Amino acid sequence: MILRRVLLRLLTTLVTLLGVSVIVFVTIRVVPGDPIAMMLPPGATDDDIDRLRRIYGLDRSIAEQYFIWLSGVVQGDFGTSIQTRQPVLNLVLRRLPATLELSIMALVIAMVIGGFLALTGTRLRGTRTEGAIDVTNGMALSVPDFLWGLVLILLFGVLWPVFHISGRISPNLTSEFSTSFYLFESVFRLRFDLWLDLVSHMFMPALALAIPLAAIIGQLLKQSLKETMHLDYVTLSRTKGYGENHVIIREALPNAVLPTLTLIGVQFTFLIGGTVIIERLFSYEGLGNMAIDAVINRDLPLIQGIVILFALLFTVVNLLVDMLYAVLNPRLRHA
Amino acid sequence: MSAFLSIRNLSVALKGGPRLLRAVSLDVAVGEVRGLVGESGAGKSMIGKAVLGILPHSVEVVAGEIWLDGVDLLRLKPAERRRKVGATAALIPQDPLTALNPSRRIGRQITDRLVDILGWTRADAESRALELLGEVHIPDPARVMHSYPHELSGGMRQRVLIASAFAAEPRLIVADEPTTALDVTVQKQILRLIAQMQARHGTALLFVTHDLGVVSKVCSSLSVLYGGLVLEQTGVRDFFRAPQHPYSRALLAATPQYTDPMAGLNPVPESVIAAVTEEVAQADRGWRHG
Repeated sequence: MILRRVLLRLLTTLVTLLGVSVIVFVTIRVVPGDPIAMMLPPGATDDDIDRLRRIYGLDRSIAEQYFIWLSGVVQGDFGTSIQTRQPVLNLVLRRLPATLELSIMALVIAMVIGGFLALTGTRLRGTRTEGAIDVTNGMALSVPDFLWGLVLILLFGVLWPVFHISGRISPNLTSEFSTSFYLFESVFRLRFDLWLDLVSHMFMPALALAIPLAAIIGQLLKQSLKETMHLDYVTLSRTKGYGENHVIIREALPNAVLPTLTLIGVQFTFLIGGTVIIERLFSYEGLGNMAIDAVINRDLPLIQGIVILFALLFTVVNLLVDMLYAVLNPRLRHA
Repeated sequence: MSAFLSIRNLSVALKGGPRLLRAVSLDVAVGEVRGLVGESGAGKSMIGKAVLGILPHSVEVVAGEIWLDGVDLLRLKPAERRRKVGATAALIPQDPLTALNPSRRIGRQITDRLVDILGWTRADAESRALELLGEVHIPDPARVMHSYPHELSGGMRQRVLIASAFAAEPRLIVADEPTTALDVTVQKQILRLIAQMQARHGTALLFVTHDLGVVSKVCSSLSVLYGGLVLEQTGVRDFFRAPQHPYSRALLAATPQYTDPMAGLNPVPESVIAAVTEEVAQADRGWRHG
C-alpha cells in the first residue's frame, strides 16, 4: 500500500520533470539571443559560426536536439556548459549545497520568527502587543524579499557594518572544507570559527528571504491558534489546573501547526525561487546566481540543468512536507 | 459550612451589558447530586463555568462569592484558583467528540493532571488511569491508553472523559449536559455509568441538563433556572410530586410522555412565561452595572 503510493509519487515526479524539461528546452531556444554569438570574438566568419553550431548540435531541429539531450540525461550526462566547457552536472552539483544551505537557513529563521510572533500574539491576544504584531506582519508581507535585501545591506552592511554584504565565505577559508556543504561541515567538525564566518556572510541574505515567509507563518499560525484556543479540549485542559502557556503550547499548538505546515511547503518553494535574485544581490555563489549568468550568456545546457534541478528540488520539498504531515497528524497515520 | 460548594449571590454579566446570572445562590453538599434545570439560555451552564473558571472572555463575574472546599475562589489569585479547581473539581464536558485533543494519546490526557498538577509519579498515574478505564467498562484499557481519540466511538470517548474526570478523586464534578451529544441508546448507559461512579466515589455532582427525565434518574436535588434567576430549589421527590413555582409546574407538564403517541406537546403557556419574565425584570430593579 505504502509502496504503491511511493511508486505513484515517483512516477508523477518523473512526468513533472519531463514536462518542465520540454517547456524550458523549447522556451530558451525560441527566445531571441544566440549562444554562439556570445562565444565568438567580433569578426568571426560564417564558417566559424556554422562549425560551432554543429559542435553544439544547434544546427538540428529543436525536437532532435531535445531527444539527443534526453538520451544523455538518461545516462547521467546533462551536457557541457557552453561558457565554461565543463560538464553541467558537475557545475550544478557544486553550487547546489550553497543554495540548499541558504534556503534551509532562511526557512529556520522564518519558522523561529514566525513561531515566536504567533505564540506571543496568542498569549497576549486582545492587547496592544497583538495589534503591533499584526501591523508588523502586514508590513513585512507587503515588501518583497529583494527589497528587504537592499534595506538590510544599507542597515547592517553600510550604516552599521556588522555583516558581510557579499559572498558565501571569506575567500581564504574555502580551502578548509572537504565538502561543498560548508555550513553543515563546520558544525559537524565543530569548527565554530568557520561557522561564524559563514553565518556573518549568510545571515543577511537568509534573513531577507525569511522575512516575508516569517510574516506569513506568523499570521497563519496565530489565526489557527486563535481558533484552536476556543475548542473544548483546550477548555477542559484549563479546568485541570493548567495555565495559559501550557494550554497554548501543549494543547493548541500541535493541532494549529498542521494547516501552517502545508503552507510552509508551498511558500518554501517560493523562497527557493527567491534565492535567484537574493543570491545575485549578495554575490552569493549559489545556483540562483549561476542561473542568472547562464541566462545572460545563453548557456543553454546549463540553463536546462539548473531549471531541472530547481524543479526536482520543489517536488522533493513537497514530498517531504506530505511525509511530515502524516507523521504529525495521527489521523492520517493509519489511513 | 457544611456545603462543599456554596455559591452566594453570584451575578455574571456580559462585559458592559446585561446580567446572565442574577444573584444566584445554591449549595451542593458533600456527595450530593444537584441538577441544574432550565431551557437554553437560562444560565445553567454558566454556573458550572463560573465555578470552574472557564467563563468566556466576553463575560465577567460582577458580584458574589463561590466557596469551594472552604475558600472563596473569586478571592484567589488566578494561578492559585486554577490549582484549587484542578485539584478538587473536574468537568465532564458536553461533546465527547471535541473534548479530547486529537493529537494526544488517551493515556496522556488522563494522566496529565495527576502528574503535572497533583505531583504523582508517571507510573502511579498510569496505573490509576488503567484502573479508572476499567471502572468505566472500557474493554482492553491498556490498548486504549495508547490510542488516539479518533480511534474510539463517541460513547467510548465519553467513558474516557468520565474516567479522566474521576481520576484525581475530585470532590466536585460539573457535568455539563454530558449525554446531549450522544445517541439515545448510549445516553442511558452513560447516565447509568455516571450515577454508578458518583455513588462509588461519593463525589458531589453539579448536573447541568435540560432534561427532567435525566434529573429524575440521577439527581437527588435540583435548582430550576429561568433567565439567570433561580426559581425553585428542592429535593427531586418533592419536585416531581409537587413543584412549587408555576414555571416549574409548566416545565414538568411540558415533558413529553413517550408512552402515549397520541398525546400532543404541551408548551409552557404564554401567561407563565410572562409572569416569570416579570419576575426576572423585578430582580434587575435596583441593580446597576459595576
